[in-house]
Amino acid sequence: MTRQKRSHHRLKRAVAPYLYLSPSLLIIGLLMLLPMVTVIGYSFQNSAVLRRDPSFAGLKHYQAIFADPVFWSSLWHTLYFTCMSVVFHMTIGMVFALMLNSDRINPTLRNILRVLYILPWLFTAVIIAVIWRLLLEPNGVVNSVLMQMGIIGSKVEWFSSPETALHAVTFANIWAGYPLFMVSLLAGLQGIPKDFYEAADIDGAKAYQKLIFITIPQLMPIIISISLLDFIWTMQVFPLIWITTGGGPIYSTEVLSTYTYKLAFSSYNLSQASASAVVILLISLGLTLFYIRYQKAR
Amino acid sequence: MTFRIQPAMLKIAAAAWLLGATSAMADTALEFTQWWEPELPAGSLRAIMNDFEAANPGIKVTLVSGPYATTRDQISVGAATGTLSDVVGLDGAWVNNLNAQNALADMNPMMDASGFDKTQVADIIKVDGKAVMFPVASFVYPVFVNMDLAAQAGVTKLPSTRAEFLEAAKKMTHADKNQYGWVLPLSLQTPSGVQNDLMSWVWASGQSMMADGKPALEGKPVVDMLTFVKSLNDAGVVSPGIATKTEQEKVEEFVNNRVGMMIDSLAHVNLIRKRNPKLNFDLIPVPVVENYTGKRGLPYASWGIGISAASKHQEEAWKLIQYLMSEKVNAKLVSLANAFPGNVNAKPDFVTSDKAFGKAFEIFKSGYLANEFTGLPVAEDLMTQFDVEAQKMLAGEQSPEQAAASAQKGWMAKF
Repeated sequence: MTRQKRSHHRLKRAVAPYLYLSPSLLIIGLLMLLPMVTVIGYSFQNSAVLRRDPSFAGLKHYQAIFADPVFWSSLWHTLYFTCMSVVFHMTIGMVFALMLNSDRINPTLRNILRVLYILPWLFTAVIIAVIWRLLLEPNGVVNSVLMQMGIIGSKVEWFSSPETALHAVTFANIWAGYPLFMVSLLAGLQGIPKDFYEAADIDGAKAYQKLIFITIPQLMPIIISISLLDFIWTMQVFPLIWITTGGGPIYSTEVLSTYTYKLAFSSYNLSQASASAVVILLISLGLTLFYIRYQKAR
Repeated sequence: MTFRIQPAMLKIAAAAWLLGATSAMADTALEFTQWWEPELPAGSLRAIMNDFEAANPGIKVTLVSGPYATTRDQISVGAATGTLSDVVGLDGAWVNNLNAQNALADMNPMMDASGFDKTQVADIIKVDGKAVMFPVASFVYPVFVNMDLAAQAGVTKLPSTRAEFLEAAKKMTHADKNQYGWVLPLSLQTPSGVQNDLMSWVWASGQSMMADGKPALEGKPVVDMLTFVKSLNDAGVVSPGIATKTEQEKVEEFVNNRVGMMIDSLAHVNLIRKRNPKLNFDLIPVPVVENYTGKRGLPYASWGIGISAASKHQEEAWKLIQYLMSEKVNAKLVSLANAFPGNVNAKPDFVTSDKAFGKAFEIFKSGYLANEFTGLPVAEDLMTQFDVEAQKMLAGEQSPEQAAASAQKGWMAKF
């Protein structure tokens, strides 16, 4: 083989992987990278989208949103909504997964519970929002049951009262999201070798000790991975909050996604909306990098 | 059997092709973006366009239709990129922004050049002196009264003033039976409740939320309205869940005999009848302040129409608008939409065939159309700001005066 042929062959081998990757790179570039870069560009322009010749604005729009108290309360609500959702998704998912993995429950009942527990996952965000609006409306079933049980004395406006709205919408999101944890943890539980539990039994370990020293450490990689993904996804939840409360009453459920939406489609301030979207992007990016580093470390 | 193409046949085919191609080239294709087609009976808007095309040879209309929200976004982007359709369906709340983008043509010169009779139209929406929109069809907002609940409560005379309304609402309220006198939707998701259910009280009494083109929310009319609404809420006559209630839920509560009175669009009459055919309801104008005897402002939402400033076919576009605003065509269109006409001489057929619509038409004729949000900058944002302040007031966090002052401050920043 001549030197020329050899170098041609080497070049072909070097280029081949990129050719295989090119369709997906093109799609990612067009559908993800390009819009992202465009939005970042908008955040530095005055009257972005609305004017054909927008002027450069520097950091003006970032300064404006950081000076807005509603932005900071939205950030706080987002963190509360996200943290509470992730913690309860994980707790409820773990309890249900342990229940479905237990030999003490009748197999038929276990199968029925498996279907019931996974139901919230089958509904779209819009359906979930409508269901909870109907259940939690002042004349709804929840108030009626709680009043009959003597737990509350008068009708509570769960979504319409600033004191309860954020908790109510977080509760609806917890209900909607725990099946992801449940299914993942159940798969993890079924992968833990039985030997570990038999050895623990021989050593006289109690049920809670087996949970703390065998089950949870074995599930830890799944718990961390799913928690991080859930954190990133929950931070961006929009339809559930928008349909149940619209960010109200009085900004009490305003989160970063609804705040950004209102800037864009209510105020038509697409420059500030882009700046707000970039802030969400940076937070999500930080979490994603953390997730990638964790995955690499494993 | 063989088939031979004769030279004569070829000549005829060529001539036919040439004729077709020339006539196709001569046709002006107008693009008309709107959200009306999906809301009208199937094929009815297309039929009107076909009639227009028949009356105006050489002009073809392409309808670009979609839901309201999609159309709004499409028009915003079209205005920014200079790709707005020749003729656009408009909501009054959008025109200020579109005008700021120089996206809408001034129809004043077209009216003058064609000798258009301005007295025949109910309204011409102007921004900075430019005529940018005609309301083609108007959906007015009277008060719907559940007559069975009113009779059971002993309300024999339907309210005409705010004080009478409060008394009637009190009588109709039985919280233990989940029954309330009035319903107020102030969801931030769709803050149109500010326009339809709050400001309508101001306009009904011939008052205004503006002064010299600027917001005047701290003035007596708005503060009095907020005080009145607060008194209704304090009296416990408003159906609970105000802060997240939407217009759709308001209608559902009325349909299910859970509220005695609501301010709502006349466009919902057929929906209400469909949802509860047994519901016995009547329509009255929005009650006014004590001793007011002047003409009543009637809140309304409209299907507006305008011409793109970037259109190369403004002359043809103006012909289409004239056609839609003409007496007969306008009457036909609004009859299909159950709306009131943009042409004052047009009389939709439902006003004679339907008692409720007939009554509403009387209210419409005796008052005037009033919606001060039309033409304001970022109208929806202004409603959201007012909505938040009204919610704070109803939650007991501030007085009507403070709510009005905070809203005024927020609005002034937008002007």
